[in-house]
Amino acid sequence: MNKYTIAVLVRNQFGVLNRVTSMFRRRQFNISALSVSETESNEFSRITVTFDGEDTAKQQLVNQLYKLPDVCSIKEFTAESSVSCELLLIKMKNEPSTREEILAAVSGFGAETVDYSKDSIVFRLTADSRRIDDFINLMRDYTILEICRTGRVSLERGGTTIRQTINL
Amino acid sequence: MLLSGSDIIVRVLIEQGADTVFGYPGGQIINVYDSLYKYQDEINHILTAHEQGATHAADGYARATGKVGVVISTSGPGATNLVTGIATAYLDSVPLVAICGNVPTTQIGTDSFQEIDITGVTLPITKHNYFVGSVEQLADTLREAFRLAKSGRPGPVLIDVPKDVQIAMCEYTECPPVQADEPMAAKDIRIKEAAALINSANRPFIYFGGGLITADAQEELLALADKIDAPIGCSLMGLSGVPTEHPRFLGMQGMHGHYASSMAMHQADLIISLGVRFNDRVTGNRTKFAVGTNIVHIDVDGSELSKTVDATVGLRGDIKKTLNKLLPLINATENPDWQRKIAQLRQDESTLDTRDGMTPRNAILTVNKHLGDNTAVATDVGQHQMWAAQNLSFKTARRFISSGGLGTMGFGLGAAIGAAFGTGERSVLITGDGSFGMCLNELATAVTYNIPVVILIMNNGVLGMVRQWQTLFFDKHYSNTVLNRKTDFVALAKAFGADGEAVTTPEQLDSALTAAFNASGPYVIDCAIEKDELVLPMLPPGGSMDDIIVKVGD
Repeated sequence: MNKYTIAVLVRNQFGVLNRVTSMFRRRQFNISALSVSETESNEFSRITVTFDGEDTAKQQLVNQLYKLPDVCSIKEFTAESSVSCELLLIKMKNEPSTREEILAAVSGFGAETVDYSKDSIVFRLTADSRRIDDFINLMRDYTILEICRTGRVSLERGGTTIRQTINL
Repeated sequence: MLLSGSDIIVRVLIEQGADTVFGYPGGQIINVYDSLYKYQDEINHILTAHEQGATHAADGYARATGKVGVVISTSGPGATNLVTGIATAYLDSVPLVAICGNVPTTQIGTDSFQEIDITGVTLPITKHNYFVGSVEQLADTLREAFRLAKSGRPGPVLIDVPKDVQIAMCEYTECPPVQADEPMAAKDIRIKEAAALINSANRPFIYFGGGLITADAQEELLALADKIDAPIGCSLMGLSGVPTEHPRFLGMQGMHGHYASSMAMHQADLIISLGVRFNDRVTGNRTKFAVGTNIVHIDVDGSELSKTVDATVGLRGDIKKTLNKLLPLINATENPDWQRKIAQLRQDESTLDTRDGMTPRNAILTVNKHLGDNTAVATDVGQHQMWAAQNLSFKTARRFISSGGLGTMGFGLGAAIGAAFGTGERSVLITGDGSFGMCLNELATAVTYNIPVVILIMNNGVLGMVRQWQTLFFDKHYSNTVLNRKTDFVALAKAFGADGEAVTTPEQLDSALTAAFNASGPYVIDCAIEKDELVLPMLPPGGSMDDIIVKVGD
């Protein structure tokens, strides 16, 4: 099993995300993360898909995506050719006995404290997905109240853009 | 010109060349039917007995003509009744535009009377679908639907139009018919790789499907076959793509394919596949399919390449254009050893079923004697479909009309009606008593419009294909496959206002067909077939060519 990151530029229209995810469900593609947002142009939305599987399955996923009329462009990213990151919000139980250790770990990972109350602390970490996994694993030694992560977003390094390869 | 949305829908249909459309009216599409009334001199609407029949008719019309079929229905149950027909067209890549009415936009999402989320329902069975929220988008959305339906790999497109959008007024300007996207040939590098494989093959086999018919590449295929001295086989969807009597053609292959065709493909060292998708009904057990055989696969839909069977070289592109670029790179050759082998396989095949009397094969061979060069033959699904596929003889492409991918029982009568409208000629339906029972209400349509459709019911009193599996794989436990029905199909035909007769011998069938082919309207022939007749050869499900059953007791 390999991990693939694929960026998909789609028409910014009602129901497009449903079309894309419906295809994933119907063909049973194993999507581990997915993020969607508007882009620099309000004509387009950008979907970033993280997919675990074999190369043939990934190729099939790309081929099937191309068949959706609302899909305008697709880019596959490798770790070398792209910058990727993910955002994590994590809410920890605030207890005197563990507070010091948690804050030390947070400082080690470069996470930020974004909310602090008597019972809980919320931290924010922006990093690559693996580093976020590591941070969460470390926090499991304490009491995690809630986790929310965005899924990976990626951009290609250098001047090329996904819109340059548009096939409308 | 200021027009209502419903007028715009009909004007765009006319502008796009849809001279015959099929459908059924209802409350949320009534405005469109008013526009059809208004423009009835320019567009012909065929009222069917059921929306499913209308969809199959539009599908049959599209398959027979290559044009986009159009079906119109109301919201709610009208729209859901289209679903089986749309899925049938989707699985067989048939260009179809379905137009549904819906409740007014202000009521959408409130579970109004006859409201259904039909774009949601049809999401996985359409190439694309649209909910038209404003009349300004209507004309261009319809045009885009036509373009999508016929471009690349064709397919069905659905448009959902709320009632207030049909009523609203908007400026309309007529446009010329949209063209399908210009198809591209495959990449030169892939064509070179394919040529190298073809030039080094000793036992080449050409295998084509419905994609060849869509690409209109029959001439190029035959030129390739002649140049490399290769036999030709096809999938169910490819039938009629090359003339059945062509000396290189071995017939359909797959689960119930011709023995010679299936064995030749099994023994080939190179399979050149054109517009096929290596469905499980073709390959059997995929791990044992074409082991050690090179595969060149050309398809306009890149997602079919290496989807189920790994292609040695996969070429994404238009078959006709790609073959035209490929042909000059191919060395002319002869394969006498391979041809001797093929001749032997043909010889073996000719001994498999030589029985006289009212056998399924003899029934279809009798039909062949009556077919014109241009007669379209539709089928339903089951044993009769396979007997028809194995034994019908075609001279012209687009004349075998059958639900291959979805396998829709009840497809045939609507499709035969649509094909008759498409070709402007008499059509034939070969069906079974089970399949016919599913959508025989369309007899009313055939009678109303006096459509000359010859309906041959191969009546064995059982659901024969399922029964065959029960015979072979379920210890003859005939669970719910024996139809203890007392239906008198001739009396039924007469009740609908059609004519017909029952036959039990090939001679009677021959004379009934003479009457049927001279009738001015539909004619039903109830043809008695022995219930224990099997479709053979048979590749057992999940089996390989080594498991092929060619005779009972094998």
